[in-house]
Amino acid sequence: MSDTTNKKDLSVFSIGTLILLAVIAYGVYSAYYRFSYGLGPSTNLSDSVPWGIWIAFDVLCGVALAAGGFTITAAVYIFNMKKYKPIARPAILTAFIGYLMVVVGLVVDIGQPTRFWHPLVMWQHRSVMFEVVWCITLYSIVLGLEFAPAFLEKLKLNLLLKFLKFFTFPLVILGIILSFLHQSSLGAFFLIMPGKLHPLWYSKLMPQMFYISAIAVGLAMVCFESIVSAWAFKRDYETDIIRGVGKGTAITLLVYLIVKVADLGMRGALPLAFDGGTASKLFLAEVGLGVVAPMVLLAIRGVRESVSGVLGASVLVIGGVIMNRFNTNFFAQLGSGVSYFPTSKEIGITLGLIALGVFLYRLAVVFLPVLHEAKAEH
Amino acid sequence: MATITKPQGALVDLTKCIGCRGCQVTCKSWNQRSTKKTQMTGNFTSPGDMNSETYTLVKFIENDKDADVTWDFIKVQCMHCKNPACASACPVGAFTKTPAGPVTYEPEKCIGCRYCMMACPFQIPKYEWDKKYPVVQKCTFCAERIADGMEPACVKTCPPNAIIFGDHDKILAEAERRIKEHPEKYVNHIYGKEEAGGTAWMYLSSVPFDKMGFKAGIPKGPLPDLTWASLSKIPYAVGGLAVILSAIAFIRNRGNSDSAVPPDEKGKEG
Repeated sequence: MSDTTNKKDLSVFSIGTLILLAVIAYGVYSAYYRFSYGLGPSTNLSDSVPWGIWIAFDVLCGVALAAGGFTITAAVYIFNMKKYKPIARPAILTAFIGYLMVVVGLVVDIGQPTRFWHPLVMWQHRSVMFEVVWCITLYSIVLGLEFAPAFLEKLKLNLLLKFLKFFTFPLVILGIILSFLHQSSLGAFFLIMPGKLHPLWYSKLMPQMFYISAIAVGLAMVCFESIVSAWAFKRDYETDIIRGVGKGTAITLLVYLIVKVADLGMRGALPLAFDGGTASKLFLAEVGLGVVAPMVLLAIRGVRESVSGVLGASVLVIGGVIMNRFNTNFFAQLGSGVSYFPTSKEIGITLGLIALGVFLYRLAVVFLPVLHEAKAEH
Repeated sequence: MATITKPQGALVDLTKCIGCRGCQVTCKSWNQRSTKKTQMTGNFTSPGDMNSETYTLVKFIENDKDADVTWDFIKVQCMHCKNPACASACPVGAFTKTPAGPVTYEPEKCIGCRYCMMACPFQIPKYEWDKKYPVVQKCTFCAERIADGMEPACVKTCPPNAIIFGDHDKILAEAERRIKEHPEKYVNHIYGKEEAGGTAWMYLSSVPFDKMGFKAGIPKGPLPDLTWASLSKIPYAVGGLAVILSAIAFIRNRGNSDSAVPPDEKGKEG
């Protein structure tokens, strides 16, 4: 088994890594503070704003940004698009780490962290939260099993590897189903709040729109990651792959835009987008910068074929989905009349989780066969 | 002492409320709630909003009438919905809609996800933000008192008898009778009759409810139906996706050696 990654270029303790470790250290301190003193002293959450950035970013955005895992495994294994095989393992790794961070974020956020297991035992099947907790738990296990071959190859446990390979298809299918369920259910969270959410965002189609936007941002994250890791690990850009995924992103954004505009039109809410109020500005920024702009950019062949073009468009998509989740969780909530800005501890934990994710990714890439796994295999 | 299983209801006739806050004080005593230091805000509502130690609150509402400022009072507490959004939102079933009417809460189940607070259309559940291991707090409709055949503490104490309590259908009929007999006195709306699918607590007012600080735009139907419309499709989605994905995978991977373990390797494992 040949290893194509050049380990000399991959020192773990570079300047970048030291910065990551510093951010992680502040995150650990923030988490210590939160667990020692409780939510009140460590956050700016209140009865008016019960869900802060830990839910809006760590959970809602974290799950969406990790959607590359199921989209790429679907492309590679279900649709047999062999071209994308090299990015399957990095995408699974990103998703696996992403979900671990989501689980940590959830445990930090809930008021009774020691009871995190309650929903697995005390069933309440009419609760969206119950379903999301189950899906996230199961999908984390699925992702762990999907990524396990990287460990097994490293440890040369070939028999176990063959055994696990037998379950590749069932695992991929299970992962896609679980993703469909909870990606859309994060949108279903807000279905119960028709009186609270602004009509530009509140729609019966929120589950479907959360799902489609998760596919778009999952693909954008795959492009972003491929480009950034090529740059960070001094490897060649996967231009052919990026071009294809970029095209897929543009098509997904088009579908999203059609559903969004058709839904607004049918509900008669379209004029609200142009009434010049705060909500309309937020909405136009979200859809204009996060959906229309990257869709148009990626539709242009020249942009799709330039690395910086795809990178720029991917960043716009990622920003757009983050705006959408933040708008849904905070800014589109009507009549609260309360301003919220996270404390340094809240920001510390969120940034700490991102840094921890990047650090774990870096460790995995250095020590495990992750990049260009396809070449190494055959 | 017969156990009450028939749904109970309460009606607050706001035209009779004198703003004495007797209900607020009695509620604190009966439920052993502490107090929090308040600050003057230019409004006589005290504390400024409900919190984990305040299950019910009398709000002082200023309105204009014929160029004069008028004071109106509303009593706020959990509405005890027939189909509570909090109960459907809770992932561990900590909330229960009891047959007698009260929506009760079991703190030992609660994981503290606060979805109930997001889901409640009346913004009633409050959190113990100052505690290390907080739980949700809200009005209990004095469930134990009702179970023992007594009326809730706030109803019992109200000096002008602004609140009446009893079988829900009788209370609703009484509300309708009052509007019918005095259409000049009341706005033609029983707040809580249809809001969020109907609530155990209902209100009558002489001033339009949106001018009394009541939340407007609350849907008429039960809120849990909205999420259930999505959740109930899950079994079909799982089955459908499993079949479709397997079919696509089978068709797209035909003749692909990578798609399955070759027979000779299978043999080795057994």
